[in-house]
Amino acid sequence: MTTVGRRLAARTPPAADAALRAAARRARRRGALRVLAFLAPGIVGFAVFFAYPLAATVYFSFTRYNMFTLSYAGLDNYRFLLHDGDALQAIRNTLWLVVVMVPLQVVFALGVAQLLTRIKAGAGIFRTVFYLPYLVPPVAATVATVFLLNPATGPVNTIAARLGVRLPDWFNDPGWAKPALTLMSMWAIGNIMVIFLAALLDVPAELYEAAAIDGAGPLQRFRHVTLPTISPVLLFAAVTGVIETLQYFTQAQVASKVASGQTDLPGSNLPPGYPDGSTLTFPQWLYQQGFQEFNMGYACVLAIVLFVVAMAFTAILLRRFHAFAEDA
Amino acid sequence: MRPVRSRGRVARVLAAVAAGGLAAACTAGTGGPGAGGPKAEAKQTITLWHGFSAPNEVKAFSMALAGFHKLHPNITVKAVKGQDDEKIIQAIRGGTPPDVVSSFTTDNVGEFCGSGAWQDLTPRLTADKVDMARFPAAVRAYTAYKGKRCALPLLADAYGLYYNKKLLAQAGIAGPPKTMSELAADAKRLTKRNPDGSIKTAGFMPTMNYYEYVPQHLAPLWDAHWTGPNGKSDLAADPAWTAMLTWNKKLIDWYGYDKLNTFRHGLGQEFSADNPFEKGKVAMAIDGEWRTKMIADEAKGLDYGTAPAPVADNKQNLYGGGFITGTIIGIPRGSRHADAAWELVKYLTTNTDALVTLADNIHNVPSTLPALRSPKLAKDPQFQTFLNIFGSPHSATNPASPNGGAYITTFQSFVTDSYEPGKAGNLAAGLRATDTKIDRATKLAGQ
Repeated sequence: MTTVGRRLAARTPPAADAALRAAARRARRRGALRVLAFLAPGIVGFAVFFAYPLAATVYFSFTRYNMFTLSYAGLDNYRFLLHDGDALQAIRNTLWLVVVMVPLQVVFALGVAQLLTRIKAGAGIFRTVFYLPYLVPPVAATVATVFLLNPATGPVNTIAARLGVRLPDWFNDPGWAKPALTLMSMWAIGNIMVIFLAALLDVPAELYEAAAIDGAGPLQRFRHVTLPTISPVLLFAAVTGVIETLQYFTQAQVASKVASGQTDLPGSNLPPGYPDGSTLTFPQWLYQQGFQEFNMGYACVLAIVLFVVAMAFTAILLRRFHAFAEDA
Repeated sequence: MRPVRSRGRVARVLAAVAAGGLAAACTAGTGGPGAGGPKAEAKQTITLWHGFSAPNEVKAFSMALAGFHKLHPNITVKAVKGQDDEKIIQAIRGGTPPDVVSSFTTDNVGEFCGSGAWQDLTPRLTADKVDMARFPAAVRAYTAYKGKRCALPLLADAYGLYYNKKLLAQAGIAGPPKTMSELAADAKRLTKRNPDGSIKTAGFMPTMNYYEYVPQHLAPLWDAHWTGPNGKSDLAADPAWTAMLTWNKKLIDWYGYDKLNTFRHGLGQEFSADNPFEKGKVAMAIDGEWRTKMIADEAKGLDYGTAPAPVADNKQNLYGGGFITGTIIGIPRGSRHADAAWELVKYLTTNTDALVTLADNIHNVPSTLPALRSPKLAKDPQFQTFLNIFGSPHSATNPASPNGGAYITTFQSFVTDSYEPGKAGNLAAGLRATDTKIDRATKLAGQ
């Protein structure tokens, strides 16, 4: 207790002291309630759209649940994962896309954005042209790409064959299906490209001038000025790219169905991942288990795995980028 | 004492609510007459969800429903087109289902019946003395699961052989093959190659991811059974599967796996005017009855014939049958007009005029034997083949399972991804591993 406090305590009777403390408590409670009231929309949103679904997913992962009936399954769903060869294949395919497709998308988008910063005449037109593919619905873009790359009737392979170049079977070849999906994804990098463009245009010109005066060449300026300055945007692109790729579903599903020529079978479903399971991504297998085979409990296990992997990737990327920014 | 009385009152209210909830839960899905909602005689509007969406299909439904309204002027039916199983399941789970639902995915009957999502129709069928013999055995099989009949058939699909008469005549083949040996021999005679050895025209496409040439459609032709007496997957133990795959692989190897796939990759989409049978690129194909209508619309000049699909050489008595599946219809749990819904289900699935109207306009097979014999049914010679297949006692379908068609997709993946490319090694070991995989998945689903 301070000297002033001791004096006040000496002068105020015990009853008044208690009233003061109660008033202080009420004030603190009111303050806390006010803070809570302001935070309430966020807390409610977090609880309803994140915490509850996450808790429910964990709960259902220990059950046998076909969306209508539910029974306790213990660790059966987790044990099944250890023997599920299709899940393993889906994990391999998805990781391939994360490791190959995301870096290529980021590098390509950054390259296009860098080029666009140099264009003076007609910059708006070029920016629009490179951004537009992003607005094409994924299903339409995928169908068109599969037709364009059809090994027998598609114009790409036909023209190449006339020029004496034999191109692969793209979406029909298990070894080329994922590269074909990656190639297709390069076409629609408009959103990241625009963000990179804005970040590149925001790099202070005086930094480049200072670096140039110090004798830095174009590559050194890019390495020591551009990259550190736009590193938060790079981090954003990498994290969102990884999360989007971990959820990669539509393009792979549509490409496999169109390439197989079988859109549907009366009375039955078709195996996912044509050809040879090469386009089977993790979310497709999750969907297959939850909504085609009615193993919602097991689908929840897969969802938890996806969540943990996404968190791990994000954590690793955050650490690496912070380290990179500090080094720079 | 007041608080105690208050707690007691609260407890009684909670108990009443719980008892009500329990009663509701227990009665939901029993599906007996008078299970809830107004009586069938009351004036009411009911909702029907179906998956058809093409204009001729929607029109056919309107015509059939007009017939129902004439019989039941107190019941107005609101038909909603283009609905699929996911929407149906969500609506039932959300407690706001339509009164009648229809699905194309017969593989999901196990889920619908086993979970109680679709009401058991047995009490209503018994009460109304509906003669189940009007439905062929295969159709009865794909509308029930473990003795619970939660669905009835609404139109059917039958599979047979389509053959190009012109190409067969050019190859000196008198008629369609009836056995698998004949099919293989004819396929080889009908196949034409380019100078570099690539395939120009295929007599028959034996890869099991070629359109409708999939394991489930072949099983009845080889008398192959998916499960043994113990209910477990029987692929390795049933010699018919080994015979089927061995025959198939031999024909694939004759073509050359790579050559066959290069040819297949360049073919058009199944449900388009680029279909290779319609284009004359494939001489013989197993397909459903709907192709007759598509050929009439898209390939008018095609000189073709239809016949039952060939059967295994040692099972020639099965000739005339084939694979059957179809659309199913039922009453979901939570239907608010269950009695009226039953009247509609009964009408659409048993009334001969309604079935003939639907079959003629949608170009599917009517799903009862009396409708099959109706003089009003449009019967051209090509379509008649499928009516005969549907009526054959040798026709069969897939067994229902709790996890949709997981056993089929698992087997098909083994065949197309491992066995056909020659990666499977020992076939018996591959089939045993597939059996294990299927049984493990079935166990996961609670069987």
